[in-house]
Amino acid sequence: MGSFSLHASCLAQPKLPWSNDCSQNLNSLKLPALQQRGPNFGSRKASKVLAFYGLKSPPYELDALEPYMSKRLMETHWGEHHHGYVEGLNKQLEKNDILYGYTLDELVKVTYNNGNPLPEFNNAAQVWNHDFFWESMQPGGGGMPELGLLQQIEKDFGSFTNFKEKFIEAALSLFGSGWVWLVLKRREKRLEVVKTSNAVNPIVWDDIPLISLDTWEHAYYQDYKNDRGKYVNAFMNHLVSWHVATVRIIRAEAFVNLGEPKIPVA
Amino acid sequence: MATAAASSTAPLSNAFLPRLGPNGGAKSTRSLQWAKNQRQRSSPRRFGAAVITAKFELKPPPYPLNALEPHMSQNTLSFHWGKHHRGYVDNLNKQIAGTELESKSLEDIIIQTYNKGDLLPPFNNAAQIWNHDFFWESMKPGGGGKPSGELLKLIERDFGSFEKLCEELRSAAATQFGSGWAWLAFNPRPSDGKELLVVKSPNAVNPLVLGYIPILTIDVWEHAYYLDFQNRRPDYISIFLEKLVSWEGVGAKLAVAKSQAA
Repeated sequence: MGSFSLHASCLAQPKLPWSNDCSQNLNSLKLPALQQRGPNFGSRKASKVLAFYGLKSPPYELDALEPYMSKRLMETHWGEHHHGYVEGLNKQLEKNDILYGYTLDELVKVTYNNGNPLPEFNNAAQVWNHDFFWESMQPGGGGMPELGLLQQIEKDFGSFTNFKEKFIEAALSLFGSGWVWLVLKRREKRLEVVKTSNAVNPIVWDDIPLISLDTWEHAYYQDYKNDRGKYVNAFMNHLVSWHVATVRIIRAEAFVNLGEPKIPVA
Repeated sequence: MATAAASSTAPLSNAFLPRLGPNGGAKSTRSLQWAKNQRQRSSPRRFGAAVITAKFELKPPPYPLNALEPHMSQNTLSFHWGKHHRGYVDNLNKQIAGTELESKSLEDIIIQTYNKGDLLPPFNNAAQIWNHDFFWESMKPGGGGKPSGELLKLIERDFGSFEKLCEELRSAAATQFGSGWAWLAFNPRPSDGKELLVVKSPNAVNPLVLGYIPILTIDVWEHAYYLDFQNRRPDYISIFLEKLVSWEGVGAKLAVAKSQAA
């Protein structure tokens, strides 16, 4: 997954009065490194760049999560929805050369625009969200985290069971489309369960997600119809990858000092 | 009122059911009150000194669940109405039990719990009940075609043409990101002289909270079309406009809206 580092300089700028003419305001952000990369950065041709972001495959075959997430559902969810967001984003970027050259993380944060999102945000964030979601699952997932991550969960939630209850409750009470996250809050230096609507994700607030659950209906309808509870339980018991969550929190320790006790890494 | 009559005429209770839903003829006296309550839910009734409070009931669509085939499958209707819509009804009843909302009409609950945008918990369920009742009535077997009469006149006046209206409806329905609804609504106090407008809204919100009177809606929550169309929302919208929409129903609602506004 992409790095969690921030371009602190661009986010430290005071909130700009975004008008319809975004180009003026973006140029006033001092982003020399990005501005030097013209639209043909990385391309040997002088012609127009044809695609900006690619559709990343899940780190397993589309049938690998059976029977908890069927191949048919994965083909639609990844092959149509996720693919659709990538194509949609690339189409939008064809017409907007101010947003060239960003990594996907950077693009999500810039287009979030401090809560007044640009048109590209929904597509960019949904591409990021789905990349992150596939990686949050694995065949033979579920169970419990171990060692440091388990310790941190117990510290911040009291017990793993309590965390699990909170996560499930969040997933069941999220109204409409959205995502549920286990997140490391950067400023508070603790883990929390967070719900977001539509395409929003915790990186726009500078926090570090460890796992996510897609609660848009398209994520479960083909397999579970309206039974979101069954889907959420299947995710917690058979799909969630605590291995990936552990890798993510280890990486996060480079940016967030979780203080005492030191999290041992075996 | 209802109880006295029902207890002595138990075999007649079936005769009072206006239509058979998938539950067939219910045998309890509750069903007698159900039929009457459906029509009288718009204002709390007083009998003597007591206010009649009754739980909200799940209203069936005005056609059997397979009547919209092949454009909207029975499978979809059985989940959409039988599980989702029913769930909203059950959940609202739980939420308002023992509260002052219990004696209010659905519209009153919606406006009150919308709370100027700072939604109170019963809003989502109440509004979704209203929205779904309205959605089933926006469709009919053998729907589609064109509107006529007063409705067509207003459409042509406010949108230019029927085709332009359809374009706006399609666009609103297709671009409502996440869950929500697209509406054709009547504005009783238009500042620009246009009484009809297309509105899109997220999640459970509906134009009642904006002071408009809805006359048509299309549900674009994914559960409305996923079983039949998967991610192909534009195809679902097209089929809705070409084969399902009940322009007669829309015209009737417009007439009611105009008379209410006058």
